[in-house]
Amino acid sequence: MSAPVFSMHSAAAMAIAVRLGLRFGRPNLEVFAETLLTLALADRRIVAVTSDSRGSAKLGPFGRALPRQIVEVGIAEQNLVGVAAGLAAVGKTVFAVSPACFLTARAFEQIKNDVAYSNNRVTLVGISAGVSYGALGTTHHALHDFASLRAVNNMAILAPADNFEAQAAVKVAAASPAPVYLRFGKAPLYDLPSAEPFEFGRVRRLAGGNDGAFIATGETVIHALLAAAYLEERAGLKCRVLSVPTIKPLDAPGIMTAVRECRAIVTVEEHMVNGGLGEACAGLIAQAGVGTRFKIVGIPDAYTETGSQADIFRHYGLTMEGLADAMRTALDA
Amino acid sequence: MFSDQQLARKSLQYRRDILRWIKFAGAGHTGGSLSCTDILNVLYNRILRVSPATFGDPGRDRYVQSKGHSVEALFVVLADRDFFPASELATLGRYQSHFVGHPTRKVPGVEQNTGALGHGLPICTGMALGGKMDEADFRVFTLLGDGELAEGSNWEAAMAAAHYKLDNLTAIVDRNTLQITGPTKDVMSNEPLADKFAAFGWAVTEVDGHDLAALSQALSAPLEPGKPTAVIAQTVKGKGVSFMEGEYKWHHGVPNDQEYVQALAEIDAALAISPGSDL
Repeated sequence: MSAPVFSMHSAAAMAIAVRLGLRFGRPNLEVFAETLLTLALADRRIVAVTSDSRGSAKLGPFGRALPRQIVEVGIAEQNLVGVAAGLAAVGKTVFAVSPACFLTARAFEQIKNDVAYSNNRVTLVGISAGVSYGALGTTHHALHDFASLRAVNNMAILAPADNFEAQAAVKVAAASPAPVYLRFGKAPLYDLPSAEPFEFGRVRRLAGGNDGAFIATGETVIHALLAAAYLEERAGLKCRVLSVPTIKPLDAPGIMTAVRECRAIVTVEEHMVNGGLGEACAGLIAQAGVGTRFKIVGIPDAYTETGSQADIFRHYGLTMEGLADAMRTALDA
Repeated sequence: MFSDQQLARKSLQYRRDILRWIKFAGAGHTGGSLSCTDILNVLYNRILRVSPATFGDPGRDRYVQSKGHSVEALFVVLADRDFFPASELATLGRYQSHFVGHPTRKVPGVEQNTGALGHGLPICTGMALGGKMDEADFRVFTLLGDGELAEGSNWEAAMAAAHYKLDNLTAIVDRNTLQITGPTKDVMSNEPLADKFAAFGWAVTEVDGHDLAALSQALSAPLEPGKPTAVIAQTVKGKGVSFMEGEYKWHHGVPNDQEYVQALAEIDAALAISPGSDL
């Protein structure tokens, strides 16, 4: 299977993954679809709404098993979200599923008003987010969704980093009394080692250390974890790695603890550097009145390169080596 | 149940109250509130199975006002139906009041927060679909402005509502032919409107939107099994006040003192001679 190579950028990264004993998992989307099916079999109120996105969202088995709990609206994202809000308003637990690039841009006003403002219990599932559709071009990139949805009141944002976080996030969303945005990529992911449970609104510590801290989210977390191991191996630096599955509400205590205990912070995200995790952390840190060495790694505010997700990650330094360099730079600053 | 005469008097009283509260607040969407007054009157006094006591009932009928800017008409009718004391409307548009310029769920009786146009029909399509999934018998109504129909999301929902055969859904178009910039036919023409809905798979009827009996008839039941119903209500913007009727400048115009006195005098004169004035 070639998939492991897809998310690894070098033989050195692969070697460290092997040394750490990382096990290869599945695409989060598959875990989402399976988890949702399990939940929906036990709860008839759960409804999936799709915009010609059933196959892309791996919801084929869901549709076959529970044809009365899936609604197709065609290629019409505004209506997708409006219908989802209406279904929620009459008692359904709704998962509205569509590629993140369309869902969070085309239907933004419906998200803001019909879901968030009216407080209809809808989980918006943005699939193939970030640059998962990298080679399809900028139309299909979703690098704005954290920024836009962070600016909407009553909207939680979850971006799971592995299958464990994905399954937990789906369960949290299904039980949430308020709207949730769930962000999923497309690629198979490594299972991340952590003894910490998934808690809504909390960071998860994947590696300890006080030299620097990587604060990463979603499909970039694995590369931060590898970078920490790489820095220890090559430079004797011990870096902490925090996975941030909840972008909003941000875990202020969890992040500030790292800021106070570590000498530098590098944030990592598959999102434009404007308005994402990095700036959320920067705002938190600045308002806490704490000074720290700080660097945001993400997709710059520039015409976005195309290619596979791995190509784009490599181009912008969202790799083990790139993140290790970013941390060294931050520590030396 | 109210008689036709009682309902006609209510419309006059509603129009009086709409003008009064808009004048008191110093802001409001006067023209559109007056054009949809009779529609809301019929809905809340004859059609909708909803009351303050049953508003939390999952089986209640739903009304979502997509043309949210005509909120003064909705507030006045909800107050009359005892969802809240009418005196609370003295806070309309005031600092921290729930009575803002578009419907919010903080006001008892309001189903959904609206105001941005093109949202009511998709939401109601979802509500009606949910009703069908649960084999519930509630009906879902939305009120659309005719200018609002330029929003494409309406037509996404129109397609879906027909696809899912939502005969429990009724969309009423307040066809007052005017919008903020001028005549709808000049801003963005939408005729042949009935044909458009029919082409999307809806059962369509056109009624005089100020004829309470005709509205009652059109809204009393779905027009055709297996199809959503579109009721195109031909209305007059600013209805009931001679100098406001058919004048788009009253879209969100607020009468000055002299205009206010004249408007109320016209409505009071109509009330004085309306059947049932001795009731």
